[in-house]
Amino acid sequence: MAEVLQFFFSGLTVGAVYALVALGFTLIYNASDVINFAQGEFVMLGGMSTVFLASAGIPIPLAALLAVVLTIAVGLALHRFAIEPARGASAVVLIMITIGASIFLRGAAQIVFDKRFHSLPPLFGIEPLRLGGAAVLPQSVVVLAGAALIVVLLWVFIDRTLIGKAVLATAANRLAARLVGIDTRRIVGLSFAVSAAIGAVAGILITPITLTSYDVGTLLALKGFAAAMLGGIGSALGAVIGGLLLGMLEAFSAGYVSSKYKEAVAFVVILAVLLAMPQGLLGRGKVERV
Amino acid sequence: MLTHRLAALAWVAAIIVLVPLLFPSAYYYRVGALVFIFALAATGLNLLMGFAGQVSLGHAGFLGIGGYAVAIGPTYLGSPSWLSILGGAALSGLVAFLVGKPILRLKGHYLAVATLGFGVLVAIVLTNEAAWTGGPDGMSVPRLVLFEWRVSGSQTWYWVAAVTFIVGAVLALNLIDSPTGRALKAIHDSEVASSVLGVDVAREKLVVFVISAIYASVAGSYLALFNGHVTPDVSGFLRSIELVAMVVLGGMGSVAGSLVGAAVLVVLPQTLTMLHDYEHMVLGLMLMGFMIFLRQGIVPSLAAALARRRT
Repeated sequence: MAEVLQFFFSGLTVGAVYALVALGFTLIYNASDVINFAQGEFVMLGGMSTVFLASAGIPIPLAALLAVVLTIAVGLALHRFAIEPARGASAVVLIMITIGASIFLRGAAQIVFDKRFHSLPPLFGIEPLRLGGAAVLPQSVVVLAGAALIVVLLWVFIDRTLIGKAVLATAANRLAARLVGIDTRRIVGLSFAVSAAIGAVAGILITPITLTSYDVGTLLALKGFAAAMLGGIGSALGAVIGGLLLGMLEAFSAGYVSSKYKEAVAFVVILAVLLAMPQGLLGRGKVERV
Repeated sequence: MLTHRLAALAWVAAIIVLVPLLFPSAYYYRVGALVFIFALAATGLNLLMGFAGQVSLGHAGFLGIGGYAVAIGPTYLGSPSWLSILGGAALSGLVAFLVGKPILRLKGHYLAVATLGFGVLVAIVLTNEAAWTGGPDGMSVPRLVLFEWRVSGSQTWYWVAAVTFIVGAVLALNLIDSPTGRALKAIHDSEVASSVLGVDVAREKLVVFVISAIYASVAGSYLALFNGHVTPDVSGFLRSIELVAMVVLGGMGSVAGSLVGAAVLVVLPQTLTMLHDYEHMVLGLMLMGFMIFLRQGIVPSLAAALARRRT
């Protein structure tokens, strides 16, 4: 039982990060139909810039804040200089642009920062908490609480503010949104900024546990994309569920099958789910006009 | 139309023969051989992406199957290299058939993530089954011997790869002009409309998926034989992305585009190595720039510009 709990908590922690990355994918996709493969680089930028700002003598809370601001700036620049000029391009061209952006950001990070692994001190020490026989790092609780807070804040923002409603309207129907006076271009820019912020926070929270380096983004983008698709692209709830599920799958298959094949098991399950539910767990079917 | 295509092929053949006259060293033959090998894989993927309109983010999985076929076949199974190329192609075709049958029902980004998953699975198996594959370090590949002729050296491989690419290109062009090719174009425009017209959408997509897998497999075999070594990286996610980038960059639906796309993405990193640390930044910037300003791909964009000038 203790073993199951142990895998459960480690899966939940990693899954929370996947969920945040998937949420970033979903926000940008909903506003602009772009699958942003640079989403993982936001996570890397959040963690790495905090580490380097802190090592320059800035207190960690301030460094983290600056790192989030910096990542938002990168997200906005990505939208302004790479996505906006390519408006109207096909889906696969837009994907290639974001992949180009992620190669660029990784290349820039290895120059501005370095190629080593870095860590941050955890918020509440390293003494593990005992929960039903399982050892849980306090930082895991911080990650989960942080992820939950982000999800709630995002929900409040989308559901309770006028700008949030404009985001929803843009996701539902871009032309109609423009006709009622919503500046959809600004909304897409906003979605890039929010996604960047979410990614950066995820990167800062997870760094004390998993460490960070200039190239952690690729794998996270891949997992986040898979999680978003598992949940059903376009569904925020689906992204969160998909992320947590993916984290659990990896943790349990690492524990009970083989740690070498944990990712293989995760992808086999994703394939199986998609075959049974071609729109993902919570995605809606699209009616094609001919 | 046919004479037009033949003329284009003649141009490509002429370039293949004439360009080596400018090569100052064997290194250039090496880069040239790599261009044709990747162009072969890109041509196959282009049939799937450019004509059938289906994206695959896991095509490097088939590169891996082909690459390891020529490593494992001669080493453990006693099959000569040339037979292993065919065996790898057959296996890739079979795997594509078995995998494609269920996943090609998925659409758009769902198909992308399913193919991505397939590619990741192949890479994981190649990395972990160390008893057969040598694990993350890969394994060495015996030289190809054809009727006592040892195929080795950059210059020889340049010609072998070039001829194979031409054959692959001719076959691809023939396929495009066949009923299957027209059915694929109809599927690209609208799956619903083409199925109403009596096109067996699932079957046609599966056929082209299998064909594109065989192209990638042969390219993978060549790559492994040429390098004399193969590692699991050959089937990694970044390789798959590279293949997609070649197709999109050169021009979807253009066979000549596959060659141009492969040439750009093979030659560019070679020249960028002199930038050392800045290599990846510049590569990323150029990829973004190409995609933003030549979003139809290099060959179709140039063709459109030429056509405008003529009129």
